Amino acid sequence: MNKDERQIVVPGETIVSGNEFLPGEGVYRDGNEVVSERLGISNVSDKHVRVIPISGAYYPRRGNTIIGTIVDITFNGWLIDFGGAQNAFLPVAEVPRYINRNELREYLDFGESVVVKVWDVKSRGVDASMKMRGFGKIEGGMIMNVSPNKVPRIIGKEGSMVKMIKGATGCNITVGQNGKVWISGDSIDKEIATRQIVEFIVENSTIHGLTEKVETYIKGLGLKMGSVEIVEEDTDVESAPEGVPSEEGKDKNEGDKK
Amino acid sequence: MASERTIPTLQREKIIEYLAEGKRFDGRAPEQYRDLKVEMGVSKNAESSVKVSLGKTEVLVGVKLGLAVPYPDSPDEGTFMVSAEMHPMASNHFEMGRPGINAIELSRVTDRGIRESGLIDVKKLCIEEGEKVWQVFVDIVALNDDGNMFDAASLGAIIALGNAKMPIYNKKEDKIDFELTKDSLPLNKEVLSFSMTFHKVGDKIVADVSDEEEVISDFRLTVAMGDNKGEPRITAMQKGKEGVITDEDMETILNLATETWKEMFPKVREHVFGK
Amino acid sequence: MAGKGVYTKRNDGRKFDEVREMSAKVGIVDSADGSASFNTGHTKAIAVVRGPRTLHPQHMQNPRKGILRVNYGMMPFSVTDRIRPGPNRRSEEISKVTEWALNSVVDLSEFPNTVVDVFIQIPQADAGTRVAGINAAAIALAHAGIPMKEMVSAIGVGKIDKTLVVDLDKYEDSDFHDAEGSTDIPVAITSRTKNISLLQLDGKISVSEFKDCVKNAKVACEEILKVQMEALKNVNGESN
Repeated sequence: MNKDERQIVVPGETIVSGNEFLPGEGVYRDGNEVVSERLGISNVSDKHVRVIPISGAYYPRRGNTIIGTIVDITFNGWLIDFGGAQNAFLPVAEVPRYINRNELREYLDFGESVVVKVWDVKSRGVDASMKMRGFGKIEGGMIMNVSPNKVPRIIGKEGSMVKMIKGATGCNITVGQNGKVWISGDSIDKEIATRQIVEFIVENSTIHGLTEKVETYIKGLGLKMGSVEIVEEDTDVESAPEGVPSEEGKDKNEGDKK
Repeated sequence: MASERTIPTLQREKIIEYLAEGKRFDGRAPEQYRDLKVEMGVSKNAESSVKVSLGKTEVLVGVKLGLAVPYPDSPDEGTFMVSAEMHPMASNHFEMGRPGINAIELSRVTDRGIRESGLIDVKKLCIEEGEKVWQVFVDIVALNDDGNMFDAASLGAIIALGNAKMPIYNKKEDKIDFELTKDSLPLNKEVLSFSMTFHKVGDKIVADVSDEEEVISDFRLTVAMGDNKGEPRITAMQKGKEGVITDEDMETILNLATETWKEMFPKVREHVFGK
Repeated sequence: MAGKGVYTKRNDGRKFDEVREMSAKVGIVDSADGSASFNTGHTKAIAVVRGPRTLHPQHMQNPRKGILRVNYGMMPFSVTDRIRPGPNRRSEEISKVTEWALNSVVDLSEFPNTVVDVFIQIPQADAGTRVAGINAAAIALAHAGIPMKEMVSAIGVGKIDKTLVVDLDKYEDSDFHDAEGSTDIPVAITSRTKNISLLQLDGKISVSEFKDCVKNAKVACEEILKVQMEALKNVNGESN
């Protein structure tokens, strides 16, 4: 199979035949054949076969960065709605500083938004942590919802796409693997421009040469490119490396600023 | 999809901040409607059917005719009924089961808008006084909710009614032959009115709300207006949600409704009755 | 399948084993996780998938895997004589057999305690609504990224008087009453394993004729599968 070919496969479709192939994510073995279990793009490399989903809801994975909103407070932590089937639980032990049981609401209140790391995925839900650098409460700005499958394109290879947007608009951007994108800038027009660029990427996510098209779009909005290194884009769509928050994770407010 | 509990605080604040500057996330001005798209004939077994889209909000509306015995206190009048299904396929907000209050309120408000204005000439729906009349059904099915279902539904209802054709009453067999004539429903064209719904979001009055704006708004006011010799005339109103309307709000809404009516009414009339 | 008996020519001129013209589209409801339309002749079906999402009430949750929940309904104006809105016994039965048909191919083991809701609505009916619904639902489930071992396709086959037919339209299903009448057999076939995941029958038919009908169904379902797969492969041309 040509690695440059973007083959969309559907459930039940045979991807390759042969016992030497190893079934990975989104595929299963049926006798001699390796069969897709999902609608997605098939990827065969070094005899490993997997299917990268192109649509559908977000499934949390350990190490993912997610953005969500506090919807409940228990005696020992907070429940976060991040758009998944279950809420994530952030235990009081997993925030950067010691919080007294009476201070929970003061630290993170209903309706406040956070960037957290998925620590563990259990049948009853997701456990999250906010202890590491780059995670914490986010204030101001706005949250855009995109299909989770478009997230790799918005981040770009090694974060290059999101860097490019920031360079052009001056906005802070954090991209959650769950498809929530936090945008915060110093002017409404810049924030709207950032939104439009993200929407452009989402609508054109499958075309080749996306980086150039985005550059053209940015210039078309009347913005100047910042001084940013563009990493050459791979036409093979890869997920962003697990557990890496966007490059901009370091720039936004951290947990205990009030 | 947004829901009451999970609109983040920062989002609510940002929407209100934008509106204070006269801006919205999708680039519209606060008083601006999304693109209205109308597709006729989406269901051929209906006497007429239409798909109405306001941006990404979409509804299907169909008109069907039936036979009925008239009500005793109006033996020479046909009947009509508007029903709406806010089906959970259209939004994560809607739930299965009996129609929720949203569907009921929407059907009743749309119904009253048509009924009280006298759009349908119910006396002309009489087949035999005291015995048999036509029954007009307007069924609204929500397809995708991205805010302002009220207006999409009411537009769909009047457009479907305006384009419906009468079937034939087969007197011999006492049934309907569903071969459509070229005759429209008996409508009083001059009383046509359509609804515009305005929400108070933060300090601004907003028209044609998006899903998020709809969730965080304080109140909504639906105003139906018809044509009185070229000037708009109010034919129905409905306030919803808990917030209160100040005099200033009312003044703003009435002005906005008048301006919006002047701009939209000719196009709406064309969709309903043709050129 | 040469015509024997009184039904020597099909009402709409098709060949006896010919399926009506089909079309399918993905992504027709923007806010859903997955959605699709599937049209067969004048029958139109819409399927919308929302999930996996939390299932309330909690006692209905399955700790070992997610639950599939199907709700089928016909829009009031979809047929000549208006249908009163709301659930009825027919739609409840069809919801259940559709759920069984789809459950045989989906794999919800990764989503314990959740529900995947499948909503099927019929905007326009000309017989074959439940099978069009299943065809749309299978596409919508795949579009929603739900793991499925294989696809499932469905068709109505049967017999008009003495003639075996494929894809009965409304005339054949409801209005034909001459001689031996019509026998209607909705069937759903899984795409790889070619097994039957939905089967109902109404009428009078011999065992060997029935077996032939099943064979006909399998052949027709190959055609349907092609339409479903093409719609899915064109997903990037659609919204989302």
